[in-house]
Amino acid sequence: MNQTVTIPTTRDEAWRYADSAALAAADPGAVDEWRTFKIEPGGTLRHLGEPTTGGIERWRIDVGAGGCYAHFAVLDAGDYARREIEVTLGEGASFEFGGVVLGTGEATREFVTRVIHAEPGAMSKQVVRAVAADRSVANFLGRIEVARDAQQTDAAQNFRAILLNDGATANAKPELEIFADDVKCAHGAAIGALDEAAAFYMAARGVPPEEARALLIRAFIADAFGSIEDTREQETMISQALASYDHARLRAHV
Amino acid sequence: MLQIDNLHATVADNAILKGLSLTINAGEVHAIMGPNGAGKSTLGYTLGGRPGYAVTQGSATFLGQDLLELEPHERAAAGLFLGFQYPVEIPGVSFVQFLREAANSQRKGRGEEPLSGGEFLKLAKEKAALLKMDMDMLKRSVNVGFSGGEKKRAEMVQMGILDPRLAILDETDSGLDIDALRVVGEGINTIMRSPDKAVLLITHYQRLLDVVQPDFVHVLAGGRIVRSGGPDLARQLEEEGYEAVTA
Repeated sequence: MNQTVTIPTTRDEAWRYADSAALAAADPGAVDEWRTFKIEPGGTLRHLGEPTTGGIERWRIDVGAGGCYAHFAVLDAGDYARREIEVTLGEGASFEFGGVVLGTGEATREFVTRVIHAEPGAMSKQVVRAVAADRSVANFLGRIEVARDAQQTDAAQNFRAILLNDGATANAKPELEIFADDVKCAHGAAIGALDEAAAFYMAARGVPPEEARALLIRAFIADAFGSIEDTREQETMISQALASYDHARLRAHV
Repeated sequence: MLQIDNLHATVADNAILKGLSLTINAGEVHAIMGPNGAGKSTLGYTLGGRPGYAVTQGSATFLGQDLLELEPHERAAAGLFLGFQYPVEIPGVSFVQFLREAANSQRKGRGEEPLSGGEFLKLAKEKAALLKMDMDMLKRSVNVGFSGGEKKRAEMVQMGILDPRLAILDETDSGLDIDALRVVGEGINTIMRSPDKAVLLITHYQRLLDVVQPDFVHVLAGGRIVRSGGPDLARQLEEEGYEAVTA
C-alpha cells in the first residue's frame, strides 16, 4: 500500500503529553497499526494483563449490543509506552477498564482511552492509578463521547497519581463530549504525594519507611483492579505491578 | 525509663516546647493535663519523631538510648507506643495486614523471630476480646469507617498486640462514651500496669483518671511543666480550672 501516514506530534491534543523525541523516531507503520476486536451482540471479551510492547499500541474494540469488554493492564516498560484503547459501545453494552501506570527513570508512559457511547443504556467504568518516580511522566488521557441518541448512558472515569519525588510528573486529561441529555457521567482526577500522615502512623507502630511505602502503594494500585471478580486474578495483577515497582526501586538504589 | 531534660521543640518555626523536663520510671503512670495550645500533643509527636517537629535543645533518653537519634519506627521497636488523638485512616490496608507487618518489623528490629500467621491471629483475637472489639473489624481497612470511639478502641488493641514498654496516649479518652471509656481504661490497666512498663496519659479530663489512676499529675502550660503533684492535683484542676491552679 502506498498510503501516507502522518506521525502525530505533541501539538495534536491526544498526543500532547507524549515524548516528542520518541514520536519523531517512531516507525510510521507502528503508529498506524490498530489491534481490532469485534464483540458480537451479547458476547464477552477480556484482556487481562497483556504486557506492554514498551512502545505505541492502539487497540480498537467494537462491542455489540449487550456485550461486555474488560481490559486490565500495567504499563511498566519502555521509554515511551502508550496504550490507546478506543471502545465503541452498542446498546446496553459495557466496558470496564483498570490500568496502572508505573513511571521510572526518564520514561513517559500513558493510557489514552476513547469511549464512544454510540447507543442508549451502555455502561463504562475506568479506573487508572499512576505511580511516578525519578524524572518519569505518567499520563492518563480519557475521552468519553456520548452520542445524541445514547440516553441512559452510565459512564465513570477516575484517575489518581502519586508522585514519589520532586521531578516526577503526572498529567490528567479528562474529556467529556455529551450530546444526549439523560446521562450519568462521573469523572475525577487527583495528583499528590504519598500520604505522609499515614506513613508516620505506620512508622509509629514500627513499620519501616520502605515497607510502609510498599503497603500504601499496594493499596493504591489495587483500586485499579477492584472490579476483577476472581480474587486470585486480582492478586496476580497487583503482584505483577508491585514486582515491577520493586524491580525499578532496586535498580534505582544500585 | 524516660528522662526528658530541658526539651525545646518547634513546629513550622514556632517554638512550642520551651524547656520541658520530666522523668518517668518503670511501673509509673503519669498524666499530663493542660489548656489547649499548651504543647501536649506536640510533646507526644516530638517523642514519636513526627517529621516537622524539630528539637532545638535538650534531650530525651529512653531505656538508656538517645531517643531523639532514632527513626520513628526504631522508637517503636525500642518499646515506645504513641496513641494518636486522631488515628489515621488507611484505605486498602487491613488492620491484620498492617499490624502483622508492624509486629514483625519490631521483632526483627529486636532480633526476634517473626510471628507466623497463626500465632499473630491468636494474639490479635486475644487483644481484640480484651477491648471487646469484634475480630471482623480488624479485617477491615485501618480505621476506615470507624467511629471516633471505635478508632480509640482499635488503638488500644494495637497497643495490646505490640506490647510496648512505654505508652504515650494522646487524648485516648476523647470521643468515648461512658461505657467505652471504662473498657478502654481497663484495657490500659491490663496491658500496661506492670512493674516494667509505664504510661504517659495526655488528657483534658478527670474521668479517664478515675479508671486509670495516675501516680503523678503534671500541668503543662506555655511549653513547660509548671506544676506537678499526685492524683489530687487532677481533681483540683477539674474543680478550679487551669488558670487558678497555675497562677
